[in-house]
Amino acid sequence: MHRRVATVVARATPTAACLMPLRVFHSVLEPAGPQAASITWLWWVMFAVCAAVFVIVLGATGAAMLRSWMRSDASARAGESTLGAAVAAGVGLTVAILFGLLVADIRAHRIVSSFGAPSAISIAVTGHQWWWEIEYEDATPSRRLKTANEIHIPIGRPVVFKFASHDVIHSFWAPNLQGKRDLVPGISSAIWLQADRPGIYRGQCAEFCGRQHAHMAFDIVAESDADFERWLDAQRGSAREPQSEEALRGRAVFLARQCAFCHTVRGTGAYGNVGPDLTHLASRGTIAAGTLPNSRGHLAGWILNSQTIKPGNQMPPNPLEAGDLQALLAYLEELR
Amino acid sequence: MMRRGCVICALVAVIEAGCRAGVYRDAMEATGGDPARGAAALRRYGCDTCHTIPGVQTAQANVGPPLTAIAVRTYLAGELPNNPANMQEWIRHPRAVEPRTAMPDTGVTEADGRDIAAYLYTLR
Repeated sequence: MHRRVATVVARATPTAACLMPLRVFHSVLEPAGPQAASITWLWWVMFAVCAAVFVIVLGATGAAMLRSWMRSDASARAGESTLGAAVAAGVGLTVAILFGLLVADIRAHRIVSSFGAPSAISIAVTGHQWWWEIEYEDATPSRRLKTANEIHIPIGRPVVFKFASHDVIHSFWAPNLQGKRDLVPGISSAIWLQADRPGIYRGQCAEFCGRQHAHMAFDIVAESDADFERWLDAQRGSAREPQSEEALRGRAVFLARQCAFCHTVRGTGAYGNVGPDLTHLASRGTIAAGTLPNSRGHLAGWILNSQTIKPGNQMPPNPLEAGDLQALLAYLEELR
Repeated sequence: MMRRGCVICALVAVIEAGCRAGVYRDAMEATGGDPARGAAALRRYGCDTCHTIPGVQTAQANVGPPLTAIAVRTYLAGELPNNPANMQEWIRHPRAVEPRTAMPDTGVTEADGRDIAAYLYTLR
């Protein structure tokens, strides 16, 4: 069963939609930062060189076939004296081309891996089957914050991503911004990236990690410094108090039923850490790691039985009473 | 022999396509909506996360009742006579129709409600 989130994900609220940058086509060939640009440059260099070699080899093969077909045996034997020189030239050219590609590769790799600034934003990403735990690091513990599957970064500033895995090997890949980096259990690693243009850049797990590997996506939202700081401040806060009677009842459902065993909603006493932090769930564009748009209908189906949507995921079916479900939805939609 | 088989197959295909076109035309006339747009809208609002809906590949859930042959069902939501107006009312405002339902109000617009109803009326 394949699910796709619409290319332009409708936001939960129209006001949020106005603030959000546009979704950018998920492609290696549309780089939006210096690291991705160097990878794209390398891609085109390789493509041009390999295309030229392909054309030359095919041309030479064709010419050779034509010549042997037109010439007599005697003249063919005479041609053998020049064969050694032709082979030597071919080998020389091949070595030169491969060496050139090696130099180009090293140049691209230097840009991809050696980029940084001491004041950069640092984001720890932990891979789970099948979602991404995101933690914004800060020297002050109270200013650290956790979220899931949606990463906001400011444009024009380098960001460092630190990787770890909770279970199996995953791979973090946002092709418009950087190359792939594996998340290996027990081994930490890091990459730098920078986005120069605002946009929502889709990322995807790029290492087969189990049954729902294909449903393990994330979004990188690149926005202006001011928007980013505003987002960060909002995310640092605890969950807002329920505004309506129904939402208030929804919070009681959340805390009394099984939800709180696995999920955190900061400020409520729900501190489960099996599933994603839901403190600001309603601010996110998608649910279930990019599997579904974050709308009331999708949220309802996901809560009641996520196993038909993303079979094998850790969240069990939750057969709630109808009224409890409606209240829970009202509560979750207020968690901006 | 082969040729006769081919002719029969072609005939069956033409008749079936004709019937389907008829079903689509009837659904469009009954609701004023577009079934093709309705099938897309179904997914946008998340109907497919709870219902099994024939012809919608992602709709294989069993949270709510399957919408198989919903066009010829006698009652909607166990209480509304099945007609286009009631269908759209139920899709757009389920909690107003039945306060104790688990089906959420998903914010379906009037136009989308027409299109979704049009699609559902093709399910015979």
